[in-house]
Amino acid sequence: MPLDQATHLALLAEFPFEWNYIRSIVRVSLYVSLVAVTLSTLCSLPVALLIGFKQFRGKALVTSIINTGMGFPSVVVGLVVLFALSNEGPLGSFDLVFTPEAMIISQFVLATPVITGVSLAAVSSVEQNVRDAAYAMGGTRFDVALVTIKEARYGIATALLAGFGRAISEVGSVLIVGGNIAGADGESYTRTLTTAIQLEARQGRFETAMILGAILVVLVLLVNAIVVRLGSDDGGYR
Amino acid sequence: MLAGVGGSATIGLAGCLSSDEDAGDDDPEISGETLTLTTTTSTYDTGLLDELNAPFEDRYGVTVDTVFQGTGAALETGRSGDSDVVMVHARSLEDEFMEDGYGVNRRDLMFNDFVVVGTSDDPAGIGGGDDVEEAFVAIAEEGATFVSRGDESGTHTKELELWEAAGVDEFGEWYREAGQGMGEVITQVDQTGDYTLADRGTVLSMQSEIDLEIHVEGPIEGGTELLANPYGIVAVNPGVHDDVEYDLAMAYIGYLTGPEGQEIIEEYTVEDEQLFFPEAISEEPNFQQYVPEDWEPDD
Repeated sequence: MPLDQATHLALLAEFPFEWNYIRSIVRVSLYVSLVAVTLSTLCSLPVALLIGFKQFRGKALVTSIINTGMGFPSVVVGLVVLFALSNEGPLGSFDLVFTPEAMIISQFVLATPVITGVSLAAVSSVEQNVRDAAYAMGGTRFDVALVTIKEARYGIATALLAGFGRAISEVGSVLIVGGNIAGADGESYTRTLTTAIQLEARQGRFETAMILGAILVVLVLLVNAIVVRLGSDDGGYR
Repeated sequence: MLAGVGGSATIGLAGCLSSDEDAGDDDPEISGETLTLTTTTSTYDTGLLDELNAPFEDRYGVTVDTVFQGTGAALETGRSGDSDVVMVHARSLEDEFMEDGYGVNRRDLMFNDFVVVGTSDDPAGIGGGDDVEEAFVAIAEEGATFVSRGDESGTHTKELELWEAAGVDEFGEWYREAGQGMGEVITQVDQTGDYTLADRGTVLSMQSEIDLEIHVEGPIEGGTELLANPYGIVAVNPGVHDDVEYDLAMAYIGYLTGPEGQEIIEEYTVEDEQLFFPEAISEEPNFQQYVPEDWEPDD
């Protein structure tokens, strides 16, 4: 069966390329979004705790600004980040345009209001008397914060998931600041799942686009499952 | 507060990155450097660029980061110094780019042509004609739907030039700006519209999925020179942006316009059709390729 063999060989030759292509895209997507969400969490949680604990003038205004930020259009964020990072922008000397780091920055900007806003809501819903009790038992402010985080952990986990979902599924800003770059060998540099789907669809390769779309959905599901699992194993207060 | 934290994260990231680069600077070879090319979607969608870049990357041990934008956006990225070399197909915009001082050492690279495609019922009756201006006038008079790229791409620029040459300056409901890539526009015409101007390469590569006919041919099939689609390559001026990879950009231009690059362009086919025709090597070089077309030396 020389013909059959030829087709098999052709498939074999084609498949690893596609597989490497897809794998490198998944790697870039995960790297960018996980780093962005981690950095964003490190900034958002203290801010949410601070705003949640303190009573100050204009608190309602700050809260509504954060909530507005949750729905900020990603293309606008991309544009602003591009201007900031561009060679002629204020951060131009770092030479970050069209790099994964640029995409991390724009996803950071996108995810931060989401994580801050949702954790703020969670932190605010922890009852004052729980905090008072922790304080009364001789806890430092740090202890009180820990207790609050523990009480609000489901809400905070939801915040992280919402932030991650926002980061990994947005296409507008990473396309602008990342440039959707893949090497001649099919190795992704700044091509993420979303920008790859857009590109493949434009070229009429709907099968590859569908595969990438399915991978994206599965990834988000997986991350959700892992976070939910970690939360329930935690035991204790329920 | 948020901005402050964000800023420090930025600087942190940038710090790691620039220290990497410092290490690279100590290395005397260009190996490991990255050339950023901005170009148009047509060179990528046809698959040509991957064929061209792989041997260049191997030979110099460098990486070519290719960003695909419309011609207008590709030149704009070069203007801000975010790319090192620009490969586009709109001579008037390239000339402007050079006249403004942002680009140097432009070379003619290759060409293909544009065609007017449309549905087979051909409501404006332009089929088989070879005068594209007449065809455009007929489309406007008939009010047949014309889908425009509307995205400042090279194809869009050419289309606007053709409307102007045809003397059509009133656009009614029949004229639709899609604001999308060539593939999407051709699909739109196939489904709802009547005509569009498209590059032959994209039409050929989509042939199996669409039901459109070429009504007016470009110069490759003996049609009018007005539909020629020449691609040029320009390095970003290191005098304006001193951090561009100028030497690498010139190596890339040298490679593409030299025998090896030109041969790859000549031999590149999709479904047995040649898509691009090299034009960089000639015994009688066209001196107009180096300067804007209407440039005259100062006395």
